[in-house]
Amino acid sequence: MTTASGPTTAPAGAAAAAPAGEALLSLNNVEVIYDDVILVLRGLSLEVPRGKVVALLGSNGAGKSTTLKAVSGLLPSEHGEVTDGSIVFDGQDITRMDAAQRVRQGMSLCMEGRHVFEHLTIAENLVAGAYISKDSAEDLEMVYGYFPKLADLRNRVAGYCSGGEQQMLAIGRALMARPTLLMLDEPSLGLAPLLVEEIFGYIRRLNEERGLTVLVIEQNAQVALDVAHHGYIMEQGRIVLEGPAEELQENPDVKEFYLGLGEEGGRRSYRDVKHYKRRKRWL
Amino acid sequence: MSTFLNLLAYGLADGAILALAALGFVLIYKATGVINFAQGEFLLIGAYLMYTAWVVMGLPMVVSVLVGIVAATVVGVLVERLILRPMVGEDPISIIMVTIGLAMLLKAVVQMFYGTNPRSQPAILPTGSVSFLGATLPVNRLLVVVIAAVVLTAFTLFFSRSKHGIAMRAVADDQQAAMTMGISVRKIFALSWALAAVSAFIAGVLLADLSAVDQNIASFGLMVFPVVILGGLDSVPGTIVGGLTIGLLTQFVSGYLDPGLATVIPYVVLVLILLVKPYGLFGETRIERV
Repeated sequence: MTTASGPTTAPAGAAAAAPAGEALLSLNNVEVIYDDVILVLRGLSLEVPRGKVVALLGSNGAGKSTTLKAVSGLLPSEHGEVTDGSIVFDGQDITRMDAAQRVRQGMSLCMEGRHVFEHLTIAENLVAGAYISKDSAEDLEMVYGYFPKLADLRNRVAGYCSGGEQQMLAIGRALMARPTLLMLDEPSLGLAPLLVEEIFGYIRRLNEERGLTVLVIEQNAQVALDVAHHGYIMEQGRIVLEGPAEELQENPDVKEFYLGLGEEGGRRSYRDVKHYKRRKRWL
Repeated sequence: MSTFLNLLAYGLADGAILALAALGFVLIYKATGVINFAQGEFLLIGAYLMYTAWVVMGLPMVVSVLVGIVAATVVGVLVERLILRPMVGEDPISIIMVTIGLAMLLKAVVQMFYGTNPRSQPAILPTGSVSFLGATLPVNRLLVVVIAAVVLTAFTLFFSRSKHGIAMRAVADDQQAAMTMGISVRKIFALSWALAAVSAFIAGVLLADLSAVDQNIASFGLMVFPVVILGGLDSVPGTIVGGLTIGLLTQFVSGYLDPGLATVIPYVVLVLILLVKPYGLFGETRIERV
């Protein structure tokens, strides 16, 4: 188990302890370069088993969002490119596939910062989300069933909704495309702790009740590892640590780095954690 | 009173055509962010497409209209594919220069085939007149208002009800997010140019029927700028309000004050609006939550 070794000493591939179960999505030694010069992902490998929730954790700039953009095909619009490795989804190599086509294959992405269509109403946002499907009446009922609040506000312009409502809308809109894999980029961003719990509650329910496979990026490691079955930790464009969520939660390095807990289990100040982190990286 | 009603009818008809022309401009700006200086020439192309199908090729009128709409769609898609798509990501000024070049190109193509003399074409709309409260009102101008109202309503419904209309607005709002819904941004761009060309075709044909099939149609099209600046560059309702305002204003100024002043007044409005309300009356406000 790679969890025994320190974060900076783990092998780059870290594929030795791949999570059990058939992989719905797998990234194999993916390398991403922006603007032909900036190397962001350096041989990243990870697997998302069918029907599981996988959390991808890491600090700012580790390359988490880039990973999701590589999977969903949004890199070309940001002058980025997968230069090496492959991305396989549902048994099919999608490394070079067009972004719109990937959605048709069954993956949906909720982008960081929610990105709802601000000038459209909630109902219109959901219609836009169902762009690729022929008949979306049932999906609409399903989304309104999970998020009754959206049903109440269906004629409200999305730009004027609260952050929590917008996040629910972003998830609901992604569900309208009938994904088998739902990817979420920082769903907790800018939300109050109670709302974060609520949003992750929805993620858990969608996974348990609908068998939806989820890949979630989070800064808030605590709440993500509570819901996830398996976790990966990224640093500087590669996976440095991985394992079942419960094991990661017990790992001393993860406790120090991402959960902000000291050796004795007590909460340490952010300042200490930051210092410790910096020291550890330079050693 | 009869002068007033007459000017009202003429102003509404002009305004309705302007609204249609401006609709195409707004569609392109809203969905693709391109300021299309060739909108007037799209009207010109529309009028000459109708002339080609109806008078030159001798097709029945209704068939000519359908052929014209199809041809306009093709022109719109080709312009997007061949001229605008290579410019994606370029400086806005470069794109504006390209559309100015496109305007000259389209005008030159028309001159190449038909020269600069006006062409005569049989009337499409009935030319009689009706008496109303002592005024004699031309039937064709009233019908133009009705046709424009129907077309504008159809477009409005398309944007609020249909999946593709909503997808177009979604792309206008947030291109990247639209891509994550499987919406092909390229297709939406092509669709906006096609719809713009079709609305310009209708405007061009109506205008040619009221005046003549000649180069002046393009200069009438230049008036879309005061219209869209007044209504807001990205507002569909704004094109209707802006179009009617400019249409009525020019007719009333021309009738009651001075016809010379009437040709200038739209641009006076343009300058005043830019000074007072630069985003126009209905220009999209950026939504900011606090």
